[in-house]
Amino acid sequence: MSAVAAVGLAVVWPLAAVVLIALTHRRPNLRETGTLLTAGSLFAVVAGVILPAVQAGGRPRLEVLELLPGLELAFEVEPLGMLFGLVASGLWLVTTFYSIGYMRGHHEANQTRFYICFAIAICGALGVAFAANVLTLFIFYELITISTYPLVTHSGTEAAKRAGRLYLGILMGTSIAFLLLAVAWTWLAAGTTDFRPGGILAGAVGGTQLVALLALYAFGTGKAALMPFHRWLPAAMVAPTPVSALLHAVAVVKAGVFTVLKVAVYIFGIDLLATTGASRWLTWVAAFTIIAASCVAISKDNLKARLAYSTISQLSYIVLGAALATTAGALGGGMHILMHAFGKITLFFCAGAIMVGAHKTEVSELDGLGRRMPFTFGAFLLGSLSVIGLPPAGGSWSKWFLLLGAAEADAWPMMVVLMASSLLSIAYLMPIVVRGFFRPAPADDGHGAGIHEAPLLCVLPPVVTALGGIVLFFVADDVWRLLTGMVP
Amino acid sequence: MIEAVWALIGDDLPALQIAVPLLAATVCVLVRRPRAAWAVAMLVAWSAFANAAVILHRVLTTGTISYFEGGWPVPWGIELRIDLLNALVLLVVTGICAIVLLAAPRSLAAEVPEEKHYLFYAVYLLCMTGLAGMTVTGDAFNVFVFLEISSLSSYALISQGRTPRALTSAIQYLVMGTLGGTFILLGIGMLYMTTGTLNIVDLASRLAMVGPNRTVLVALACITVGTGIKLALFPLHIWLPNAYTYAPAVVTAFIAATATKVAYYVLVRFVYSIFQVSLAFEVNRLDAVLLPVSIAAMFAGSLVAIYQDDLKRMLAYSSLAQIGYMVLGLALANVNGLTGGLVHIFNHAIMKCGLFLVLAAVLLRTGSTRLSAFAGLGRRMPLTFAAFVVGGLSLIGVPLTVGFVSKWYLVLGALDAGLWPVAVLILASSLLAVVYVWRVVEVGWFAEPPADAPEVAEAPLGLLVPIWILIGATLFFGVFTSLSAGVASAAARMLIGGAA
Repeated sequence: MSAVAAVGLAVVWPLAAVVLIALTHRRPNLRETGTLLTAGSLFAVVAGVILPAVQAGGRPRLEVLELLPGLELAFEVEPLGMLFGLVASGLWLVTTFYSIGYMRGHHEANQTRFYICFAIAICGALGVAFAANVLTLFIFYELITISTYPLVTHSGTEAAKRAGRLYLGILMGTSIAFLLLAVAWTWLAAGTTDFRPGGILAGAVGGTQLVALLALYAFGTGKAALMPFHRWLPAAMVAPTPVSALLHAVAVVKAGVFTVLKVAVYIFGIDLLATTGASRWLTWVAAFTIIAASCVAISKDNLKARLAYSTISQLSYIVLGAALATTAGALGGGMHILMHAFGKITLFFCAGAIMVGAHKTEVSELDGLGRRMPFTFGAFLLGSLSVIGLPPAGGSWSKWFLLLGAAEADAWPMMVVLMASSLLSIAYLMPIVVRGFFRPAPADDGHGAGIHEAPLLCVLPPVVTALGGIVLFFVADDVWRLLTGMVP
Repeated sequence: MIEAVWALIGDDLPALQIAVPLLAATVCVLVRRPRAAWAVAMLVAWSAFANAAVILHRVLTTGTISYFEGGWPVPWGIELRIDLLNALVLLVVTGICAIVLLAAPRSLAAEVPEEKHYLFYAVYLLCMTGLAGMTVTGDAFNVFVFLEISSLSSYALISQGRTPRALTSAIQYLVMGTLGGTFILLGIGMLYMTTGTLNIVDLASRLAMVGPNRTVLVALACITVGTGIKLALFPLHIWLPNAYTYAPAVVTAFIAATATKVAYYVLVRFVYSIFQVSLAFEVNRLDAVLLPVSIAAMFAGSLVAIYQDDLKRMLAYSSLAQIGYMVLGLALANVNGLTGGLVHIFNHAIMKCGLFLVLAAVLLRTGSTRLSAFAGLGRRMPLTFAAFVVGGLSLIGVPLTVGFVSKWYLVLGALDAGLWPVAVLILASSLLAVVYVWRVVEVGWFAEPPADAPEVAEAPLGLLVPIWILIGATLFFGVFTSLSAGVASAAARMLIGGAA
């Protein structure tokens, strides 16, 4: 199969799962097999066909059709999109295993709808990853928003409805009001919306207009959860945990920061941002988000809420990487998409496993639970290391390159911010592990001693992704070499 | 055989658009049986649609069609003149007429007594005659004549609603519509006084020679106000919400997608073909009036829509906002903006007609179009509800729906004109559409129907088919835009270029 055909196939392949799921909705085992097969084959196509082509320096391009004169629906895979595509498709496979364990263990209703919307969201994520121009990216960005709305409101409770309103309101509101305007402006100014190495805006937009356009992109991408447009993410935590894990730690939010980074590198161009200083202000917004969200995370007792604020903080690392306008910063940001994905999905998987296995949702209830659920808490520890950025976890590399990028840009306050944020993340993650392993369990527990984990399908995935986070520490060089293709 | 027929009528296609429905209306009265009358109307409407497609094809390949009624040349005879602009409008009008008729038997059965059905179809065809006539004619006075035909028949159609309020709404529309028609007639009279001709092409060339004067300015004002009433431009819209709310459901779907669109076409024709850009925008600054008014319409319509309990009324106010978009496109006076306005004739017609037919289906099954009727609709009428969601997304302007295409051109037009605050306002008003669409989606998705609610099943095929033709078109033309946006942008370039 040619790489070009594989690109088209990869984007529509999740929709094949939609058909399979819809056809087999009365037979859950068959339905889940269908999802697993689609997810597995999708990852095989992305990693087995497209990745080698991109590693060899190819840029497989597929032009689907012309939407409006000069504006195409087209896909082109470059290193950054390749990385995001790998992350989204690979972790979809893992999450599907986890979903089966979680949704059945939790006796959730409407599972068919759940799996269908999930697959559509993955289609959206791959479309965003492989988009050849901003308009195509925008289309799939909106597809993600709409397809995840039923997932956020899955339970149908009043709280879910309110969260859904906030979710849709912020994500769709920012994208229509700001992002679409930015796309139209780009098109008028540059005469194209294609992503090109080195950017397309040099000479077309200058001065304060450049700053304004960057602001439209940065805030228009509500999924990047830059403050003050971050409230949707904690609200989305009412969704079932697999959704929080894959979508609100990986696919949806990473689609957001991926957009910011890709626009900075391929629309503005790092050189243009560096010479004009148009992104200087954005480093401060990102820095504020990093610190403020970490502080809020410390104050949250609900485990998923704490992880959500941690995600907001970590997402801004990537925005910071883009805004630093240095090569190391952009590479570090790209790498952090991968590293944080593995770390955070592990943490959410563990949170879900704790919910299914012990019915606990608050951090203060976790005393002594680590001895009953050693695998879950062990995975949680490894995931935490990656998020904090300590060796031997992959997260230490991305943080290292971000620090280098800040140094390269002479932005020492940002180095301080990155360091402080690491300390803060220790403060909000480590107490969970410490409580689990070292505090005595409350006396009225009634569960007795001995290991009592969640179902196997809830425990295995976090262990796998946690170990994956460790493996990434040792293969970071390959990731680095792949990503260097994105800066000319 | 086909070639023989073709040789006979091939050149008379524009005239057939008027003559056939006019004659068929009398046939409907003669046959009296509802089924037969419906069959006659269907035959006429669908062949008119096919005819419009042939005409558009011909205009695209060989250029503007000029047809002299009875073979009398201008200035004695009346010219029918079809260029890209009205070929597109004609396609929309006849297409909507044809598709709405598919839904008519099932929907009417619930709202109009059966013995009146044949009259309904007769008046429906008369209305179609008027609308098609306004579209194809190349004579300014003829526009007024056909306007009155379509208006009088639409008053009759609206008055057929179930409640007595339908009658008062029809009278309200009658009063307002007559005012509008009078203004248009006054404007045309003043143009005739100044130039001595009623032919649109001649009017344009002679006005250019006459140059600016007060009579011409007053004529422009009269025509703008007159068409403003007919197309329900805020704040001249007061007839529209009641008329849309209390008319029978299919009538609302039909009128919402055609009558205001044709009125908009008339305004575009007068402004761009007769007065032309120089007289309308450079000498007389029509944009200074229409820009603020259209922006006010966008916001007022959407804001009021948010608070409506009756969904027919909600969509009526949404139409006000959408009319604002169209007029905004006209007022921007550049190619991108006008393309946005013109393509929205097409786009808004199919999505709004589809949405009103969804309401017709809901009315048929639940007996109400109030928000509460939507409770649990996602499970009770999944296909109908899905159609509403897609149509609603198009109203918002989500990509891959037609609403996005219109909004894209409008935003480009605003940026082209250097009016970036207008671009921001266009997008901000779309956010209001998110609110009024999503409150309905939420009820359909989450709310439980009341315990004593009647048993509700999916809409009958007679309604589902037309609904999904239109909603499918909303998606199709959101992706493949060469017909809608291609023709609209070619028409906009032609109009801005100054060629009539």
